[in-house]
Amino acid sequence: MKRSRVKRTKAAGGGAGRDAAVGGAAGRDAAVGGGAGRDAAAGTEQPVAVSRWSRTATGFTGVAALAVVILAAVPYFVGGPAEQPLITLLTFVAMASLWNLLAGFSGLTSFGQHAYLGLGAYALYLVAAHGVNPFAGIIAAAIIAAAISLPVSALVLRLSGGYFAVATLVVAAVFQIVATLSPSVGGTTGVSVPGLAGYGPVLREALIYWATLAVAVASVAGVYLLVRRTFGLDARAVGSDPVAAASAGVRVGRIRRLAYLIAAGGAGAVGALIALQTLYVEPTAVFNIQYSVYMLFMVLIGGMGTIEGPVLGALVLFALQQALSSYGAWYLVIVGGLAVAATLVASRGLWGLASERFGWSLLPVGYRVRAPRP
Amino acid sequence: MTWVNAVIQGLLLGGQYALIACGLSLTFGVMRIVNLAHGDLAVCGAYLGLVLSAALGVPVWYTLPLVLPAAFCVGLALQALLFGRALRHGELAPVLVTFGLSVMIENLLQVAATSDPRGLNGGTLALASFRLGRHITVSWLFMTAFLTACAVLSGLQLLLSRTSWGRKVRATADDLDTARLVGIRVRPVFATVAGLAVATAALAGVFIGTIGTFDPLAGASTLIFAFEAVVIGGIGSLWGTLAGGMALGVTQVVVGQINQAYAVLAVHLLFLAVLAVRPAGLFAGHQAGREVRGLRALG
Repeated sequence: MKRSRVKRTKAAGGGAGRDAAVGGAAGRDAAVGGGAGRDAAAGTEQPVAVSRWSRTATGFTGVAALAVVILAAVPYFVGGPAEQPLITLLTFVAMASLWNLLAGFSGLTSFGQHAYLGLGAYALYLVAAHGVNPFAGIIAAAIIAAAISLPVSALVLRLSGGYFAVATLVVAAVFQIVATLSPSVGGTTGVSVPGLAGYGPVLREALIYWATLAVAVASVAGVYLLVRRTFGLDARAVGSDPVAAASAGVRVGRIRRLAYLIAAGGAGAVGALIALQTLYVEPTAVFNIQYSVYMLFMVLIGGMGTIEGPVLGALVLFALQQALSSYGAWYLVIVGGLAVAATLVASRGLWGLASERFGWSLLPVGYRVRAPRP
Repeated sequence: MTWVNAVIQGLLLGGQYALIACGLSLTFGVMRIVNLAHGDLAVCGAYLGLVLSAALGVPVWYTLPLVLPAAFCVGLALQALLFGRALRHGELAPVLVTFGLSVMIENLLQVAATSDPRGLNGGTLALASFRLGRHITVSWLFMTAFLTACAVLSGLQLLLSRTSWGRKVRATADDLDTARLVGIRVRPVFATVAGLAVATAALAGVFIGTIGTFDPLAGASTLIFAFEAVVIGGIGSLWGTLAGGMALGVTQVVVGQINQAYAVLAVHLLFLAVLAVRPAGLFAGHQAGREVRGLRALG
């Protein structure tokens, strides 16, 4: 079936696109069918108003932009002590948003994203060792991780669901063993990241902070802008029912591959940041499954398949980490319990609960339909 | 002769992989759940064996009459409390829930038992061996593990093909809705399957703990090996799983003979190669082949 592409105008009545369960096609058919709705609406005095933005959403975007500006100014006013925890938090935000694109929207529950984190860290070391500025190396790391994820996706995307999940773990294990067996990257002992000696400690810390902020903002904004497009509808269709999506003309393989590629590239950038933060790349530290576990927990608690949820989840995990730091391993038992409970009781997480209750949508990806006043 | 020895040891090692993998295969075949906590449940079985054998002062084999029923009950409880509920929330929920469970188990074990590696008391069996010809020595422990795996797989196969319970399981696995329509009560079927899966995992865990050592984080690698055995053998085929486990074991021991550092890498690469060349598995059943082909048609 050749898909019809309907440009959604305000009057097209594509309102069903919002939260369409078997998304893409359903939403699009609704958009096609919207023509009839428009005719019907044209008969009445007041047409049905369809809009993406609400006053809350516009206001929130302003607040978010202001927050980013304030965060960017932190090194000037507060400096060092505030930067360290904020770097952790912003790394969490980036990881959660990217994993949400993969699992929440496209239904690809990869527990092996630490493969690309580690890859990004090693890629940063390699380009920095060849004289590239380490901060420019973050972009190179993202590109290298995405490039390597392409052939990997050809293998792991042959499986789905839980089998895909374990296959991604195998890929991460392979990367880790290969890094361990490569003397050129220090084998088991690892290597320190070169090229940062020219920066003073204050400037270096501030630059790492800004780079982390940039990656976090780019991850959230990037996923948001991507999901607003047709890709978002297609991905949600693939995530909720690949067979139905395929039968409605969505190119399932291409959507999955694209989501996997973007998430891998983003994880590569985050891995590069982690290497910059610790100044050292060691196989067991950068290929740590803990990162993938955190991604899962943040997204599940915050709200899978929403833009706002992962950011909220990152805040919650960060807060829990601070609050429960003295409890050792109990911390992950508690967070794990919360995540399992969220999956079973509130499948759209804390954000899902809040937005259902209050009708909030701060970063809208769907459309709102307002009935004409009687 | 060292090579023949390596192949024999590898085949025997494969039995252990098959023993841990058959529960994974069973839960996926019947309930369509890939239990990502399967490896951790096996490690729990080993810890239970450790606690009981220390408390009773006997080799771990004598604790099996207590460990296995306990594991079966854990399976029943998990099905009732987690898996059954997760299944109602769509296809992704079981994956997320079982992975969350796996992380919880690993950290609980770390709290309860510290991260020190442990081993189980295997009694005289652990040290006994016999000779094949002049150069090959086979440990009775490895042999017992292998024979146990064969016995468990044959037992499961007989249960599935000859009993009325097995008929219900196969009907449920084929088509859940139709099975319900013809009057099969699905809930007890799922519960017993989950119970059997956890019991076989615990049995495998006891062997793993006796042959080598284990720690709270050993579940992850156990799961990966079991999973690779299932995929290499062909999803949904029990004997395929045994063959897959043997392929893994032989690869691991033979490559380890050349260079120990590459042994695990070789196993993972074998898995990826099978995924690339024959994604339905080397010994695929009809159903699995169809499913995988269906997935590829989508992609």
